[in-house]
This record gives sequence, structure tokens and C-alpha cells, in this order.
Amino acid sequence: MLQKLFRFHGGVKPAYHKEPSIREPIGAVPMPGELVIPLHQSIGGPPHPLVKAGERVLKGQPIGAPDGNVSSSVHASTSGRVKAVEMRLAPHSSGLAALSVVLEPDGLDEWIERRPVPWRDLPSSGVRDALRDAGVVGLGGAVFPSHLKVNPGKDGKLDTLVINGAECEPFITCDDAQMRERGERIVRGAAILGDLTRAERILIGIEDNKPEAVAAMERYAAAVGDPRIRIVAVPTRYPAGGAKQLIRVLTGIEVPHGQRSTDYGVQCFNTGTSLAVFEALELGQPLISRIVTVAGNVARPRNYEVPFGTPMRHVIDLCGALPDTDRVIMGGPMMGYLMPADTVPVVKATNCILVGSARLFPPPPPEMPCIRCGECAKACPADLQPFELYWFAKAKIFGKAQEYKLFDCIECGCCAYVCPSRIPLVDYYRFAKSEIWAREREKSAADEARERYEFRLHREEREKQEKAAKLAAKAAATREKLAAAKEGDAAPAPGAPSAEEAKKALIAAALEKAKAQKAAVGTPANTDHLTPDQQAQVAEIEARRAHLKEVAQSVRPKDDE
Amino acid sequence: MLNNSPFFRQPASVRSVMLRTLAALLPGIAGYVWFFGPAVLVQLALASATALAAEALMLRVRGRPVWLFLSDGSVLVTAWLIALTFPPIVPWWLIVAATAFAVVVAKHLYGGLGQNPFNPAMVAFCVMIVAYPQLMSQWPAVGFTDFAAQMQMVFGERRIDAVVMATPLDFLRTQLHTEEARETVSAILGAGATFGNIGGKGWEWIAGGYLLGGLWLVQQRIITWHIPAAFLATLVVVSGLAQFADASRYAGPLFHTLTGGAMLGAFFIATDPVSGATTPRGKLIFAAGIALLTWVIRTFGAYPDGIAFATLLMNICVPLIDMWTQPPVFGHKKGGPP
Ligand code: SF4
Ligand code: SF4
Repeated sequence: MLQKLFRFHGGVKPAYHKEPSIREPIGAVPMPGELVIPLHQSIGGPPHPLVKAGERVLKGQPIGAPDGNVSSSVHASTSGRVKAVEMRLAPHSSGLAALSVVLEPDGLDEWIERRPVPWRDLPSSGVRDALRDAGVVGLGGAVFPSHLKVNPGKDGKLDTLVINGAECEPFITCDDAQMRERGERIVRGAAILGDLTRAERILIGIEDNKPEAVAAMERYAAAVGDPRIRIVAVPTRYPAGGAKQLIRVLTGIEVPHGQRSTDYGVQCFNTGTSLAVFEALELGQPLISRIVTVAGNVARPRNYEVPFGTPMRHVIDLCGALPDTDRVIMGGPMMGYLMPADTVPVVKATNCILVGSARLFPPPPPEMPCIRCGECAKACPADLQPFELYWFAKAKIFGKAQEYKLFDCIECGCCAYVCPSRIPLVDYYRFAKSEIWAREREKSAADEARERYEFRLHREEREKQEKAAKLAAKAAATREKLAAAKEGDAAPAPGAPSAEEAKKALIAAALEKAKAQKAAVGTPANTDHLTPDQQAQVAEIEARRAHLKEVAQSVRPKDDE
Repeated sequence: MLNNSPFFRQPASVRSVMLRTLAALLPGIAGYVWFFGPAVLVQLALASATALAAEALMLRVRGRPVWLFLSDGSVLVTAWLIALTFPPIVPWWLIVAATAFAVVVAKHLYGGLGQNPFNPAMVAFCVMIVAYPQLMSQWPAVGFTDFAAQMQMVFGERRIDAVVMATPLDFLRTQLHTEEARETVSAILGAGATFGNIGGKGWEWIAGGYLLGGLWLVQQRIITWHIPAAFLATLVVVSGLAQFADASRYAGPLFHTLTGGAMLGAFFIATDPVSGATTPRGKLIFAAGIALLTWVIRTFGAYPDGIAFATLLMNICVPLIDMWTQPPVFGHKKGGPP
């Protein structure tokens, strides 16, 4: 049966340059002399180091423990000795260092004991923990922890599970190679993901410029024989591999920015992720390597299976960088990031090492003013008006930029690609986004301080009032008692205490009480002995703060793997 | 900035956009030369030279890289539109002054390329028609292609009245609206000399040339269909309704679309990206507005053609139109799933 396909607006058709790197099968990389494995390789909290310098580790042994649930484990890519746990240059365009485990391989490549996960018998939380502990994250480049996405959503089932094999960025062929050579595991992984998300159908979308991958996957799918799975060739148009765009093409559903796709009955995983899920659950193998395309300005472009922590240069050397090489990009030419050096390690996000030169990526001619030609709007897959965003970002009118949905921009680069004035539009959006984030952080910090201050004022005021009320009540009680004593005086019964004595007794009792209170207080925590009212307020503020934090986090991850 | 993906771009440039726009004007110009003689070529040259000089001067004054901006070609498009909308036998100084005004005031004093809210060529046209209404409404008679005589008018002092006449639009308007002349449209149009089979004589061929070039621009994806389609459709509907109401007083759609600057306006003037609306729906509204105003000015106004004023009036509305017609963003469309 033919799958009905939908169109997404915009997109571009750049030269693909894919053929050179897909001629050879996936190659193996000889173990380098040193692996530098950054601990923070996914969206979410940075994992805590589990090893110390001098320790021996086995291949697949956890070396970084997840920091809470929004995080993911990191493992040793081979067996060897930990040389250091220290700050090393990270594969990030900022040029900052990140805490890394430096490993000296011992050449034995000795595995830890691998045990398949009995995922069918585990509760879903158990499966999620297993995936987190195996370090499985989105391998399309977004590195969002997969265990957070493996759930059926609020309806308890999913209409469509999308497996993303579109691979729309020029030069990159790692998914293509994987689908050709390891498609069976991808299909089996997809079936597992389908079970975990209770998906009714599983669509594996592949751009139609990869007929070999489509044919191979069809064979594998037939062999596995899961009736839910269908291989769908989608029209080649960048960015058809954006999660939102592929979901749109396959199902017609548009998941708005900032919303969970499961709320719309769909979820999307990359083919590489699907394979990693299979290996983690069925083979008990944590994620310690990935397929990386080395392409661009090299003599022998090719895909390699690269252990995490391998210096990029080590892999590039296998391919023979041409003499005029002047840069290394992680990712593709449309969305990739310039690396601060070619020595930075391969990490989970490294789908491609793109070697560049001025010949291959000539510096753009000088930027001209925007002529409002609207080419960018025609190309924008998010249906934005990029030139308006550009104008607002440039003028630093950030409120307006947000009104024009700056944060719906997926930074795909289509607008900058087509702009006849060669304006680096995406740079302006990145700038505007980071400015807005910075301001929001400042604002929320200020809000928190203000809230705390207001709450203290409020509490002090309350306490004063309560003290006053207590004193008033006590005074009233005393007066009553005194009055009663006086009445007693009027008709003194024999042996009855005099008014004087009654007063003394009252005072003594009050003193007793005060003493007891003092003893009870001990070392007071400042939220103890609050009224229920105040406690409710504290709870409310805590909740709001937690919510703010959540919101702040939810804007960050781009789940476009 | 460090982080500068995308690392490669489509080989498009403002220059190529502008050069192709100029190329698209050529068929219309060819028709023009055929029917009205080669004087227009002289005017094109005058306007181009003035425009380049004024642009270079302004770029230097404003401290911009002169060659970079000069070579983008945008100023030539302005110059050509001026030369093509002005009568070909206006004195040389009028074209020079108009072009200089367009470049210096309407373009650069507003901030240069990309910043001008008004279409510079149309600003120049409006200023000159207000300042020199006589000169601006004298067109050579069709078939008067004697180059020497034309040049005498352009560079000399002599106006040869015998060969000068009003445009068909102007003629029709004055004939219809002067008190004593109570002729009907068909009578006037049938009267000969000024009028061809459908539009003005010769004009329909020039219009055909512009149409051809304009369609090529659409095919080249330099302009979208929205503006020409909305412009022509509106003009057809409005003039059709008027003709239906009173055929003796109002000319029909064919006349309106094939005469004067209608085709030039639809494909080359209203489509100026800088001063026009940008959203798809906005473009439709913008172009429909120009067409409607054009018809009103042509029919009831005091000027020979209404496109220039109509364009400027709609230019004013562009920010509002754009604001109101922002298309829905991905995932925020109405009528989509939940
Ligand atoms: S493509 Fe470039 S010049 Fe054209 S409207 Fe967009 S930003 Fe402006
Ligand atoms: S980078 Fe942003 S604005 Fe530009 S085309 Fe992509 S989504 Fe649209």
C-alpha cells in the first residue's frame, strides 16, 4: 500500500555530496593512544565521574553516573587505565573545556560482563532506567536522552512511531551506511521502541536519494516481519530529516514548538538511536561508539565506527586531509559547528567530521542590506518570516522577535542559504536567542531574590501580628482569671487561694511555659513552627520555582534528532 | 562570530536578481522602440548614467564601499523604470533631474538599498508630473519614429506640436470629462489615430512585451505570482464592473490592462521588493490596492496615469499590511490537528 505523504513548507535542495563517503563499507578505527571522554555528552545534567586516576576500567564500564533523570550515563569505550579526570578542550564551538575522563587503552579491549535486559518483563520505568544507564541518547545530533522519550504519552498509546533515516544534511552518510549494513538491528530496535511506546504503526522514513538504503531496509523489514513496520521513501529536500518536518511529511501532523510530540500521537527516533536501543536491551551493550562520516576536504571520505573519546584528528588521518585544509566542522555544512581544534574527541553528537577548506566552503561575499525579497521566507520550513526576525534581532528588539516566533526557528540555515544579500541570518538568531536566555536567567534570578525578600517581610509581619494577638489573648485570659479571683474574694471560701496567690500562680505557670518552649526550640530551622498558611505559601513558591526551572529546561533541548 | 553555519550558500546575489530583472524588460523595450522610435534608448542611457553617478556619489558621501554597492545593479532598475514611464520625448534635463532625485532623495536619504519605504522611480514620476504636468503628458504620435526630430525635442528647445499627443488614457479621460465633449467610449476609441485594436495603438504590443518578460521573472522565481495576478485581476474586475454599469462612460478591462503602465506596473513596479508587502496574503492586498487606486485615479483623477500615485499610497500601508498578514507558523496553523 502506498503511504500518503505530506509536504512541509520551504526547504532547499543543496548539492548533496554524499556519494564519495558511501562507496566503502563502514571501516574500523585502530585504537588511538589516548581517549578523552567528556562526561557531559547529552542534553541534561552533566554526569558525575565514577572513576579516579590510576584505576583500571573495562570496556563498557560506567565512568559517569547520570545526574538525576534528565541525564545519561557515560562508559569507557575500551579497557585501559584512567590517566586523569580533568578539564579538556570540548568538541564545542565555544572553545571551552569540559570535565573528561582521559583513558589510556591497554589494547586488550576487554568487555565488562554483558547481560541482555529482560525488557519485556520489566516495568516501563525499569526499561527507562536501563536505557539511561546504557547511555542511549539521540544519535541524530541532538543527543536528547532517549529514555525520556520512550513512553506512549498521555493516551497510553501512540498512533505513529517515526524512525528517522532521512539524513538530509549534505555530506553525511552515516545513517545510510548503517541502514545498508546493520539494518536488521535498526528494524529490531524499531520494533522494541514500538512495543515500549505502544505504537500502532512504525514508519521508517528515508530520503529517496538513498535507494540502496531503502531497498536494504525493505529486505530487513521483510525478514523481521513485524506488520507495524513500513519503509517509506520521502522526497529529498533539506531539512526533511528535521524531526518535526519528517513527522509532518509522514503523518501530516505539525507538532508546535515547545510541545511534546506524544501529545499529538507521534514520536520520532533516529535510525542510529534505534540501533543503540537494540544493542543496549538485547545485547546488554552500552553506547560506547558510533558511526561517523568523515567527508569534505579529504582524499578518502568514508564512514567509520569510532569509539567515543577518539581525537577527531586520529580519524581524519585515516582519510588523508588535503593540504589546504583549514577547519574541522562537527555535523553537516548546514547546521554543523566549527571545532576549536582538530584534536577534540568524537562524542555521541558527532555524526560527521566535515573537513573544510576555503575552496570547499568559500567565505561568503560581503553582506549586503536586506532587500526584503522574501526568498528566506519561501525557504523557511518553520513558516517564519526570517527577514523580520533578522531586523528585530539586529535592532535588539527581542520582544518583537519573540512575537514573530524566534524560538520556533530550528536553525536549519535554509534562509541564510538562499539569501541573495548573503546575510548570515542564523547567526543573528543565535545571538538573539542567547541574549534572551541571558536576560531571562537574570530576570528569574532577580525574581527569586525578590520573592525571597518579599516572603521574609511577609513572615516577619505575620510573626509580629501573631505575637501581638497571643499577647492580647493572654492578657484577656489573665484579666478573666483575675476577675474570677476577685469574685472568689468577694465570697471567700475558707482555704481558697487569695487573689495575690492566684496572680503568683499564673506568673509561675507562664514562666514554666516559656522555659518549656525554649527547650523545645533547640536549633530552629527557619521553616519550623510556621503556621499552615505560611507553609502553604512556602510550598507554592517552591512549586513555582520548580516549574520555572522546568520551563527553562524545556526550551533548551531541540528534540530534532 | 565563531559559529557560522551554514557553511555554504546558494550562488544567488542581488546582482543576478537585478540583472535578470533588467533582461526581462527587454521585450517591452523592443516594442517601445518599434512603435515610438529609438528616443527611449537615449533616455535609458541618460537615466542609467545619471543613476550610476548619483549612486556612486551618495555611496562615497555615506562612506559605503562604492564598487560593491554600485555593482548590485539595483540603481539601474530604478533608472530604467524612470526612463520607461516618462514620455520618451521629455527634455534630457527632466530625465536627469528625475533620476538624480530618485537616487539621492528617495533612495539614499531614506537609508539606501533595502531601506526606502517608497518606490524611488515612482517618487520621481510623481514629483515631475506635479512640477511639469505639460511635459509629462506629451507623447510622440505612434509611428513618429523619426530619430532626428525626436532628438531635437530631447536636446533642443523646439516642441513639434504636430507629432505630440496625449496618451490614449489621457485622451480618453479628457474627451470623456470635458463638459462639451459628451462622446462615448466606443466613439472615442473608434476614432482612430491614438487607438489600436484593443488598447492604445502600439501600447498593446509594448504591454505584451512586458507581460512576456514578467512571466519569465515568475518562471525564474524572482517574483511570485501574487502581485501581478492580484494587480491584473483587480484591474479587470473593477473596470469590467464599471463598463458593465455604463459602457458609454467607462473603458473595459482590455483597454485598462493593455494601455499605459498597467503591465509594467503589475510585473515590474508593484513587485519592487523593498517598498512592497512581503507576506503572500499581504502581496495580494498590496497589489489589489494599487490596481484599485490606479483605476480610480485614471478614471476620476487629473493625471494621465495613476500607477505612480497608487503605488506610493500603498507603500505607506505596507507596514500595516505586513503586520496583519503574518502567515501562521509551523504547528500554529488553524484547522490543523489538535
Ligand atoms: S533572503 Fe535575504 S535579502 Fe531576501 S528578504 Fe530574506 S534576508 Fe532579506
Ligand atoms: S534557520 Fe530558522 S528562520 Fe532560517 S529557515 Fe531555518 S527555521 Fe527558518
